[in-house]
Amino acid sequence: MTRTPLRPLARILAARKEGENPDAIERENLARRHEAARDGQRERAEGRLLVLGVVFLCAFFMVALKMTALAASDPAEPRAAASGAQIVATRADITDRNGRILATNLTTHSLYAQPPQMIEPVRAARALARIFPDLDEERLIRQFTGERKFIWIKRRISPEQQQAVFDIGEPGLLFGPREMRLYPNGKVASHVLGGAGFGREGVSSAEVVGVAGVEKAMDDVLRDPGRGDVPLALSLDLTVQAAVERVLEGGMRLMNAKGAAAVLMDVHTGEIVSLASLPDFDPNDRPRPLTSGDPGDSPLFNRAVQGVYELGSTYKIFAAAQGIEERLVSRSTVIDTRGPLTWGRHKIRDFRNYGSELSVEDIIVKSSNIGTARIAMMIGTERQQDFLGQLGLLEAAPIELIEATGARPLLPPNWSEISTMTISYGHGISASPLHLATAYASLLNGGRKVTPTILRQDAPTLGPRVVSEDTSRQAREMLRAVVTRGTASFGEVPGYRVGGKTGTADKPRPQGGYYEDKVIATFATVFPADDPRYVLVVTLDEPVETSGTEPRRTAGWTAVPVAAEVIRRAAPLLGLAPAVEPPALTGVTLARSD
Amino acid sequence: MTEMVYGSVPTRDGEPILPRWWRTIDKWSISCVLILFGIGLLLGLAASPPLAERNGFGAFHYVERQVAFGMMAMVTMFALTLMSPQTIRRLGVLGFAAAFVALLLLPVFGTDYGKGATRWFSLGFGSVQPSEFLKPGFIIVAGWMIAASNEVAGPPGKTWSFAIALFIALLLALQPDFGQACLVLFGWGVMYFVGGAPFFVLAGILGLTLLGGAVAYQNSEHFARRIDGFLSAEVDPTTQLGYAANAIREGGFLGVGVGEGTVKWSLPDAHTDFIIAVAAEEYGLILVLVIIALYMTIVLRSLFRLMRERDPFIRLAGTGLACTFAVQAMINMSVAVRLLPAKGMTLPFVSYGGSSVIASGILIGMLLALTRVRPQGEIRDYLIRSGR
Repeated sequence: MTRTPLRPLARILAARKEGENPDAIERENLARRHEAARDGQRERAEGRLLVLGVVFLCAFFMVALKMTALAASDPAEPRAAASGAQIVATRADITDRNGRILATNLTTHSLYAQPPQMIEPVRAARALARIFPDLDEERLIRQFTGERKFIWIKRRISPEQQQAVFDIGEPGLLFGPREMRLYPNGKVASHVLGGAGFGREGVSSAEVVGVAGVEKAMDDVLRDPGRGDVPLALSLDLTVQAAVERVLEGGMRLMNAKGAAAVLMDVHTGEIVSLASLPDFDPNDRPRPLTSGDPGDSPLFNRAVQGVYELGSTYKIFAAAQGIEERLVSRSTVIDTRGPLTWGRHKIRDFRNYGSELSVEDIIVKSSNIGTARIAMMIGTERQQDFLGQLGLLEAAPIELIEATGARPLLPPNWSEISTMTISYGHGISASPLHLATAYASLLNGGRKVTPTILRQDAPTLGPRVVSEDTSRQAREMLRAVVTRGTASFGEVPGYRVGGKTGTADKPRPQGGYYEDKVIATFATVFPADDPRYVLVVTLDEPVETSGTEPRRTAGWTAVPVAAEVIRRAAPLLGLAPAVEPPALTGVTLARSD
Repeated sequence: MTEMVYGSVPTRDGEPILPRWWRTIDKWSISCVLILFGIGLLLGLAASPPLAERNGFGAFHYVERQVAFGMMAMVTMFALTLMSPQTIRRLGVLGFAAAFVALLLLPVFGTDYGKGATRWFSLGFGSVQPSEFLKPGFIIVAGWMIAASNEVAGPPGKTWSFAIALFIALLLALQPDFGQACLVLFGWGVMYFVGGAPFFVLAGILGLTLLGGAVAYQNSEHFARRIDGFLSAEVDPTTQLGYAANAIREGGFLGVGVGEGTVKWSLPDAHTDFIIAVAAEEYGLILVLVIIALYMTIVLRSLFRLMRERDPFIRLAGTGLACTFAVQAMINMSVAVRLLPAKGMTLPFVSYGGSSVIASGILIGMLLALTRVRPQGEIRDYLIRSGR
């Protein structure tokens, strides 16, 4: 484009000649130039605006495309790190070893009132008092018409009661869900299960917490939401537990005992197959703890775990086994048993005079205190403590029941030589039936220590060796002899080769000394004695057998028959077949060929 | 006689106001704006109850407020569209001066609402964000200056307006509000571009922006955190971005249903910065595409009308307004789909916020006033050219 000068000389001269103002020409040219510049700018702006428009179009399309791509993809939920773990908010169920339910949950409702929402408070109060006879009508009316905005009426109500409250039709009466613990088997295994109650409570939910037994000891595990809906499997066998409880209750009545306990343990794993304590209770409706008297008489008291008793002569086998293990004696070693054995100002006597000397086996069979004390003197205090410690008799039992932690064995404050002697026959030392069962299982299963447990184990637990296989076998044979020809002759159950040791201990008076006519009778057994599977400890509290002319209290007359009946009933349930005795060879003559 | 007795019938020169308005206004754009505002209220019904619940108000407290502010914005918008470009320019300059002073006073009287940025003046009934009101005013002023500089022997308006833009951007960056700072620079850049920038200068500006971003990244923790969150390849699903992306995925094409969305419960800014995620979750991709189409219609129609505009000021100011509006919408949506790093920028007319919706009303009102059809002297042009 040729540039036009603002004052082209030719036009200026021509204009001057015409007498016109030459500035007009300059202005015209200036305006032209402006116009040309604007035109140029406009054209450029048009192009650039088009570019802008295209850019925006593309940008919006890009956003739309990205949005479409995102919308078409699958959502990725923010997940917890452990994928596949199911989260269950309710307390885990408890089952026996075969999966039968021992404790589960049930949804019930609590009932509360919000008086500001009430339409007819007086009528509602009357109707409520009719449904729940324990509620005071006047008090309800006072509460409903008062200032309060929120009133708890009932913690738990049944579905029928809930329906009845619904039928009142009062909008100010409201229900909150209440998960509650249900024990469908009632009293069976009540001491093991313990019970559960409400912890922190809100309107719409309440925490269920264990208050006793395995429910409390395993509370964290049962409440763990990460557990999923896997129930907690106990080692108990529901059928065996029911049978043991039934037989034990009958035995307790027959023997006029005020209490009884039984522990049935698998000798190889330490699993408690049955644990019973009488009197018992219904965990669905736990009684209140006794406010007066001996807490040991409460039905809540678990005699098998919490009851620490002097278990008497059942301890003798420990002394004999240790003596054999240490090669101090053998089964046939003859020990002087002339009584009384005097040590300082103490005199040790036997129940009867068993003659001047007995073999070690006969000391066990006849239950001689003097003989056992002499073996204990050979062993010495330190080794005895060490051995009893290995058997778990000096510590609280490590079982998953909250009561066990408080039941430490009672030991002499000063373990002198006379203590060593009395402890060898089970006096001056107290432990629970559970302790005794654990010690028997450890000693008799081949000599491997077991740890008692209430949870189902999937494999045998091999603890450290306590005694040799051979000592264990000899101990079983001595116990078998106690049943076949000793103090526990009522304990024979045909086909199950029961071996065991009786123990009768005078009950200590709270004031000191011992009662003359109150005993704890215990029978600790292993069966079958040649291939040990189970250990059973039966303890009766203050039994009296009155069928004879004079009352008999020794374990041989009280605890032993009860234990035998338990084995007779429980062994088939445990899957043990009775050993078939070879038929008597009557009328057949063996012919020898030579 | 009649005229002598009663006075003459007043004559109008030209058309009556409303018919002329109706004839010349961009009816498509104004319809789009009204639809966007309606969508905003609809989404507000979904997105704001969680916030109202947290702050202890009735469920639709914020929707009611938004309706009130929206009405004010609509009235402002209609009033502005009725005005001539000259009046718009005058008002714009005055408004710019007021907003500029307010922005300067922000460090003294402003309130920090606990988000690490002082952006608001707290008034009794609500809060005002001056930077929202500054944008339309600034664009008018800058457009005026750039247009003047293009006249033969005009003032150096490009330099002046660039200095103002830089100063405002600096003030905003100090708040810190990098989003608005970028927006102001972008608005100036667009006008400079349309106003005839040489290409090497454009390239230089691009370079400077990148450099400035790098410097900000080095020196501002607030800024760096957002950029880092964007650059990391994997979205942490517990961040705002993660929730937003997930909400869009959940929504799919047709949405999870009205009121069924969950993202509004987990995102604190669901009613403002991430409103598009709420829209995508509850109403699906369809509504999102409708929203994008509405914004696109407004911007492209405005640019198209401005292409035919002969007045340089109207052209430049209109371009600046339209592009700022479009970019703000685009940045907001791009953040939700992770095309851009997170910025505190609202979706015009759709997001909750009194300042935002009124400022958007002012901006669009000015834009629509500038894009009205007016005689462009094309016939004269034609006659002169052909006569020469």
